[in-house]
Amino acid sequence: MSPFLFWFFAFLMLVFGAAVVLNRNPIASALSLVICFMGLSALFMMLDAFFIGIIQVLVYAGAVMVLFLFIIMLLDLRVEKLRKINYVAVIGGTAVALAFFLQIYFVVRQLNAAQQPFPALTAKTDDVHNIGALLFTNFNLPFQIIGVLVLVATIGVIVLSKRELR
Amino acid sequence: MITLGHYLIVSGMLFTIGFAGVLLRRNIIIIFMSLELMLNAANLSLVAFSRFRVTATGLPSYNAQVFVFFIITVAAAEVAVGLAIIVALYRARQTTHVEDINTLKF
Repeated sequence: MSPFLFWFFAFLMLVFGAAVVLNRNPIASALSLVICFMGLSALFMMLDAFFIGIIQVLVYAGAVMVLFLFIIMLLDLRVEKLRKINYVAVIGGTAVALAFFLQIYFVVRQLNAAQQPFPALTAKTDDVHNIGALLFTNFNLPFQIIGVLVLVATIGVIVLSKRELR
Repeated sequence: MITLGHYLIVSGMLFTIGFAGVLLRRNIIIIFMSLELMLNAANLSLVAFSRFRVTATGLPSYNAQVFVFFIITVAAAEVAVGLAIIVALYRARQTTHVEDINTLKF
């Protein structure tokens, strides 16, 4: 994996991730989220997780973001009007987030394994085959539970979006 | 040389951005997007650990990638239900601003 590509995509992902939070216009936030997930998917592919990278683009950039944009359109959200900013909450929130990040940073600095480079792969990656085999052997029960969960979510969404409940 | 630590730090930064978004923004849709950022930051560190642990076959340990697959499925279901709740809320209250929804506030 090339260091230049890593830094490029990590930078892209973090800049557009910050743009999601900082933009006042919800549509701009949603489109920044798409670019952020594209950078994340490139990072997945650099880690030889090609299946996860493709799934990330298909599910997030394809399905989830269209859903977000659809809801923004349906609710007809405009650029937020400036409200009175609660400075105590803003400073407190930033401090908590920064403290959290510093904690992660110092834990990772102390971790011995984090200083070592990734070991080389000796076999050709065949990740779709391997993940599929694991899904139907070791992780068969969770896989079926996920199926039930998706069914429940579908029914739940239909019930929630009905105009009046009887 | 890119080490495991680099990926973990980047993942921590992405999580922190999402966390700050949940704490600082008042628009419920932006809060929801920040939740997605946090879920994806967790996915990034899981995939990095999976690549770091090469098994005897010379391939990464795929258990973590199956876990990421489950997380993506659950996140997609969560987005569908959450957005349906937001639409129902908007129909009832005509707002997406969390400070206008304070019935349960102590």
